[in-house]
Order: sequence, then structure tokens, then C-alpha cells
Amino acid sequence: MSALLEVDQLEVNFGGRVSAVRGASVTVERGETHCLVGESGCGKSVTALAVMNLLARGARRSAKRLAFEGQDLTGLSDSGMAHLRGNAMAMIFQEPMTSLNPAYTVGSQMTEVLRRHKKTTQRAATDRAADLLARVGITAPGLRLGQFPHQLSGGLRQRVMIAMALMCDPKLLIADEPTTALDVTVQAQILRLLAGLQRDLGLGMLLITHDLGIVARVAHRVSVMYAGEVVESAPTAELFANPKHPYTRGLLRCVPVPGKIKRDEPLGSIPGTVPRIGPGFEGCAFRDRCDFADVTCAHAIPRHAASVAHDFLCRLPA
Amino acid sequence: MTVMSVTAGPKRGWKSISTWIGAVIVGIAMICAVFAPLLVPHDPFAQDLSKRLLPPFWMAGTNPDYLLGTDQLGRDYLSRLIWGCRISMLIGVTVTVVSALIGITIGVLGGFLGGRVDDAVLFAITTRLSIPVVLVSLAVVGLLGSSMTLLVLTLGLLLWDRFAVVARSTTMQVRNLDFVAAAWCAGCSRFRILAGEVLPNIASHLVVVATLEIALAILLEAALSFLGLGVPPPLPSWGLMIAEAKDYMFFSPWVIVIPGVALFVLVMGINLLGDGLRDLFGARTDP
Amino acid sequence: MLQFLVRRLIVAILVAATVMTLAFILTRLSGDLAISIAGPNATQADVEAVRKAYGLDRPLTVQFFDWVGRAATGDLGESYFFKTKVSTLIGERMPITITLGLTGLVIALLVSLPLGILAAVRENTALDRVVQMVALVGQAMPSFWLGLILMITLGLQLGWLPISGTGSWQHFVMPGIVLAFSAIPALTRLTRAGMIQAMGSDYIRTARAKGLSRASILLKHALRNAAIPVVAIAAVQLGFMLGGSIVIEQVFALHGVGFLAWESIGKNDFPVVQSVVLVLAVIYVALTMLADLMNAVLDPRLRGP
Repeated sequence: MSALLEVDQLEVNFGGRVSAVRGASVTVERGETHCLVGESGCGKSVTALAVMNLLARGARRSAKRLAFEGQDLTGLSDSGMAHLRGNAMAMIFQEPMTSLNPAYTVGSQMTEVLRRHKKTTQRAATDRAADLLARVGITAPGLRLGQFPHQLSGGLRQRVMIAMALMCDPKLLIADEPTTALDVTVQAQILRLLAGLQRDLGLGMLLITHDLGIVARVAHRVSVMYAGEVVESAPTAELFANPKHPYTRGLLRCVPVPGKIKRDEPLGSIPGTVPRIGPGFEGCAFRDRCDFADVTCAHAIPRHAASVAHDFLCRLPA
Repeated sequence: MTVMSVTAGPKRGWKSISTWIGAVIVGIAMICAVFAPLLVPHDPFAQDLSKRLLPPFWMAGTNPDYLLGTDQLGRDYLSRLIWGCRISMLIGVTVTVVSALIGITIGVLGGFLGGRVDDAVLFAITTRLSIPVVLVSLAVVGLLGSSMTLLVLTLGLLLWDRFAVVARSTTMQVRNLDFVAAAWCAGCSRFRILAGEVLPNIASHLVVVATLEIALAILLEAALSFLGLGVPPPLPSWGLMIAEAKDYMFFSPWVIVIPGVALFVLVMGINLLGDGLRDLFGARTDP
Repeated sequence: MLQFLVRRLIVAILVAATVMTLAFILTRLSGDLAISIAGPNATQADVEAVRKAYGLDRPLTVQFFDWVGRAATGDLGESYFFKTKVSTLIGERMPITITLGLTGLVIALLVSLPLGILAAVRENTALDRVVQMVALVGQAMPSFWLGLILMITLGLQLGWLPISGTGSWQHFVMPGIVLAFSAIPALTRLTRAGMIQAMGSDYIRTARAKGLSRASILLKHALRNAAIPVVAIAAVQLGFMLGGSIVIEQVFALHGVGFLAWESIGKNDFPVVQSVVLVLAVIYVALTMLADLMNAVLDPRLRGP
């Protein structure tokens, strides 16, 4: 049986001038949480939007293979894609404050998805919406259904977004930094909720984040992105125990781990910022910030396998 | 999330073309307005009943001496058109000067001082907007008799609202900028800050408003003259030319087509130029 | 919200009072009204009689407060020319002006909304530029001239529509089109800007992520939000259209309120003139309040938590 989501050699560029994603490959298995980590601007959100075909106008996407449950997505018509979105594959976003339509009630926005994709009555759709609101931990779901987004807090709105994404029983949930815009205490609640839902409903989840703490707690597998490429991909435990790529190592040094890091010792940081990559760029994009870089880094970089499920993109040996 | 918008290439080119078209139209109109007495081929007021309603050059039976034909009293249409341009531009510019003086003063005071003064300014703007411009100008001219000066004063007193709205909102923005705060701290007087810091910074917005107002004043003058209560005859205002020619329009449509097209092209040219200036300055003119 | 409406109502009353004062001053500008009412052949005794009959011999302040006091109770005085109550005259003529205004507004919306949506969806394409050009043309078009041109083409040459009068609904089509031209530029630009803003918003991305149809995304989710300012401006534009219909009523010989005012100006019938100014101002203020109310209906955020 094919994987739930296969992305192979995805390329996205904006107007031919800026390459946002350069040959990224990600595979999400059924019932698994796959985390995509990286700094802002590394192309992780664009990858997610490209999978959903939600890129802004002017962006061009191409891939060697882009398949959902074995079905090719690149050749799919707009309406064919629309029938998958919100149905078998759903997405939630970073900005709960603005992601709901201010002009419609929570209930109308939730039932609308179900009525679009499944044959059902308004009554049944409302019941399902109320059930799901309760499921995501919202008290008094009946009341909330009749309210408008501006009457809810950010945390509540993100719960509504999650419940709305679950309306049609999706197999894949793409979550683009779902906790970044929320208060710290609410972040933990939402994250726990997502992890619980993923486990209970057997969702495949592509979780995009820049927070390695989140990765450590919920991910089965991690892919590290840098400048539009996946530079390292491994099962979570292996990546934390045995990071291969200098960038991954740098990222891990930035995270305080109790017990491992001595008090008063400064946390690590990676100097510089993610470069903007135009078309025709060759070699390792990290070489300007890398302690191990030499002249060969300016040429094509091989992909090494550190183990069966662990590969990375660097000239350094495994 | 990083989403880059793709700026379209052709818009810039198109915009600059339309701005140039506007500038050329306005330039020609200004030349016509200033040098009208030198440019007219005939006396625009001289009647010759033996040469009534001669058709313009593209029609049969035309007289080469009268390129655009003659009106119902045998006056040369081209000469009247050029003279009419002078009147339109004169009224457009003078009305705008009057309304700008009123509107900018009111708007800057409201935006700069805020509080009660600003409340009063907002009330004045609301009241002004509720007054039907055409009706009141007609009434003033109708009751006091038509004259150019009266017309300019009336329209000037009625058309200051957009100046006030834009001056008020842009002054508010400028007032809160750092360099104005710095000027306060440096102990500059209110007047110095207004004249030295605020006005120069809102001027570009006001220039764009001025183009819109000139266009509006020209259209309104034409409408009032058309209704017989604008510019007094025999002055050849374009609106008056259309009104006088109305009785003949079903048989010789060109008598209203020519002044109407001239009016349309001039106003369009001013608006195109204003649009171009707006883009150039990045100015906001919406209330 | 209620507090807001009460404040608006107070402002409206103040505006009406100011307009009344201005209208009164305006009609007294011409000097001795009794002379102009009595006519050119009147003797001194006639003028005196007129002055007494119309109460013009009283001090101006007395006349003013008399007018204000009566107007507050709905009595706008009597027309010197028609010898009937001004309120009756305006009441008779108002339906024509309102019909004309609404026809114009409906036509304007039928043109601007689709054009604005189209331009926004095809932003920065040739189509978008054509739509913006239409807006510019509309802005530069002298309405009375457009009316005459339509009379020649649609009325005389093609014979599709009647040229003047108020006999049937067809009589309102041409004036409606002309009146609509004055509102189309603003409404089109506003619809376009609102749609562009809405289409770039996060909730439209959500709607797309939900797999909704293109029609539902555009018309249900984007337009609903883009329409909020459009509806408000449409109400205000209706106010401007009613005030500006005087020119069009004259061109098409529609005997509405504007036509009445135009006739009355020519006859120095100042109770009618000042009353029409007042009525139009009050209607405008009422329409701006209606716009606020409609905003609250359309935008749940304004209704409070």
C-alpha cells in the first residue's frame, strides 16, 4: 500500500526569480505525525501550501511525484483538488484570529464543509459540528455554534479551526504552525489536543513548526528544511540522538535540554540568516554559515543514508 | 509564512502612458485658455445669420473657413470652443483656489488641534455634504443674477469638503510622526510646525485632490450653465453652448457632440493626470 | 451601538438646523422679496400688500423662528406661485425623484458589482485596466450631455425608449442610466478594492482549504465582506443622486422635486426652494444613518460582543 502523502522533488518558485522550495521530498505515512522544522523563510509553509495547491497567484509548483493515497495530485483539475481539500485532506493555519470569516457564525462555517463534501442534512451537519466542538474541548458547543468569530478568543478560534478541519473525517491533517500565534499556556493545550486527536483518530499529520520542543513531544518523524531543501530526515528519536547535518546539529544546540546543558553556559546560535536562493544556484545553501564548509561545498552535494530511515544532504560522511 | 506578490510588469508602462495623455490634454487646454484671443480664427461673439449651422469639416456642405462649422446664430464653433475652454479652465482653477483655501484651513485645523475643534470640523463637513450642491448654486445664481464672480464664489464655498477631509486625515498622520514630535521638543511654535513640517508633507495629497476638484468644478459649471443659471450669455461656456444648441440636436447632432466631447476629453485628461500624480506621490484621496 | 445611533441622531438634528439657517439666509440674499413676488408692474401699494400678506414686514429673526417652528411640525409654508402647501407639492413630486434615484442606484449596482468583482479577480490584467478605464470615463462624463446623446441615439435613432415624460417605467430607464453614471465609478472602485483585499485574506485561504466551490468562495465569502463598505457608500450615493437629479429631471422633463425646485428658482418662490433644500438635506442625513445601520447588519463585529 502506498504512503498517505508522497512528495518527491517538489519545486516552487515565485515568478521565476525566487525559488522557495528546491527539490524537497517528504513522505507522510498513515497514522504518523511528520514534523517539518526550519527557520522562517526556509520554505516549510510553502511546501504545505503547495501540497494543498493553495499557493498565491504567480507561484509555480512542479514535482517528480506528488501523490495522496497513491493518487497523483499534479495532474488533478482545480475542481478535483477542491473535492479532496477539506474532505480527505484538511489544513489548519497559523493565524486563528484572521482565518475564520468574520461575517459568518462558527456553525455556518463548520457545517458548510460537510455539506459541500458529503450528502447530509443541515440538521445532521449541525449535530456533527456540535459533537466536534465538544471533542476539541469547547464547552457549551451549542452556544458557540451561533457565535461569530470575533466573540471567541484566539485559543477558541484555533479549536474551532481544528474541529472544522475534522468535519469530513480527513485522513491527512496539515497543520501550519498551529500554536505560534497563541499564548504560551494555550499553546500547550492546543498541542496536546492535536497529539491526542492524531492518536485517537489515526490521522496522518504533517505538522509544520520551528519549535524543536514541539517536535520532541509529538513527532514520529522529522524532516529538517533549510533554504527550500530537506537537509535531513529521520525518526524523531534518532534525529535527536544522532544528528548528522551541521544545520540540524546547530538547531539542536539552540534548544535548552534540562540535565544536558549546564547552568550559565550560553545557548548555541547559528550566525547569519537563511539566504535568498535564485534559480541556477548550486551546492550547499548552508555553506556560508557552516563551520565545516570547504570549496567542494559549492558543487552538487550527495544525499547520504545514515541508516535505513535516516538520510541527510551533506558532503560530510555518515 | 512567506508569500511574495508578483508585481505585474505592464501596469507601470500603461500608467505612464495614460498620465502622459492626461498631461498633453491639460497642456493643450492651458494653451487654449491662456492664448484664446490669439488662437481664435474668428470673433467668437460675431453673429452672421447668413451662415447659420454650417456643418463641421467631416460633413458634406462644409465651409473651409469654419472648421467646426457655426452655431444657430452663425458664430464660428471652433472659436467659441476655444473661448469656452478658457472659461472652463478659469472657473475650474479659481473655484479650486477658493475651495482649497477654505478646505485646507478647516481640515488642517481639525487634524492638528483635534478635540472640540475637530468635532466642529467633522460637523461642518457632514453639514456641507448634506447640502445639494447643484440646487443651492442654482438658487444663489437664480436669486442674485448670474455672473462669473458669483458662480466662482458659490462653487468655491460648496466644494471644499474633499480638501477638508484629506487635509484633516493626512495632518493627523503627519502630526503623529517622529519628526513633528522632534520639532515640538525643539520648541518650535505651532505656526512653525504647521507651515514648516505639516503643510509640506501633506501638499502632495492636496495637489491630487486639486486635480479632482478642478475636474468636478468644470463639470458643475457646465451643468449650471446648461440649466441657464451659470455663466451669463453670450459667453461661450461649453455647457451654455450645449443648452443653446439643444433645439437643433435632433437635426444636426454635431452641435451638441462637439462641445460635449470637448468637455469630456478635458475632464478625462485632468483625471488621468490626477491619477498619475496620485501614483507618483503614493497619495491617498479617499475620505 | 444604540449610543452610537443616538449620537448620530443628535448630529442629524443639528445638521438639519444648520441647513435650515443657511437655506433661510440664502433665500433672503436677494434683497426685498416682496418686490420680486409682486412682479415688475406692481405699484408701491401692491408691494406693501404682498409684504403684509406674506409676513415679510416682520423682523428677519421673527420670520426665521416662525419658519423653523412650523417646519418642526411638518408645515413648510405655502408656495407663492402654486398657492398650495409646500409639503403637498413636495409630496406629489417626491415619488418621481425617488423612483429615479432608486432606478439609478439599482442600475449602478448592477454594473459596478460585477465589474468590480471581475476586475479584482483578474487584477493587473487587460480586463482590470478596461474596468478602471470605464470608471474613469464615468467620472468624466457630463450627465446632462450623456442624457442628450442617449435621447438622440436610443430615443430618436433606435426608437427603443421614450424621450421624455413619466408615463411608464420605460421613461425612467434612460434617466436612470444617466444618473447611474455618477455613482458607477466610486462603487466599482470600492468593490474592486474590497474584493482584492478580501481575496488576499486568511479566511479566503481557509475557504479554499475547505474545498469550497469558486462561486461560493467569491460570492459567499469574499463578496459578503467586500460589500460592507459598498453598501454604506451606495446609501450615501443615493443621497447625492437625489440631490443631483435636478439636472436630469430637467433634461428628461421629469416633474420631480428637482424640477419643482428649478421652476421655483425661476419664479422666486422661495418657500419651495428653501424647503426642497431642507428636505434633500434631511434625506441625505437619514441615508447616512441608514448606511450605519446596514453596516451593523452586515458586519457582526459592529454589533458588539
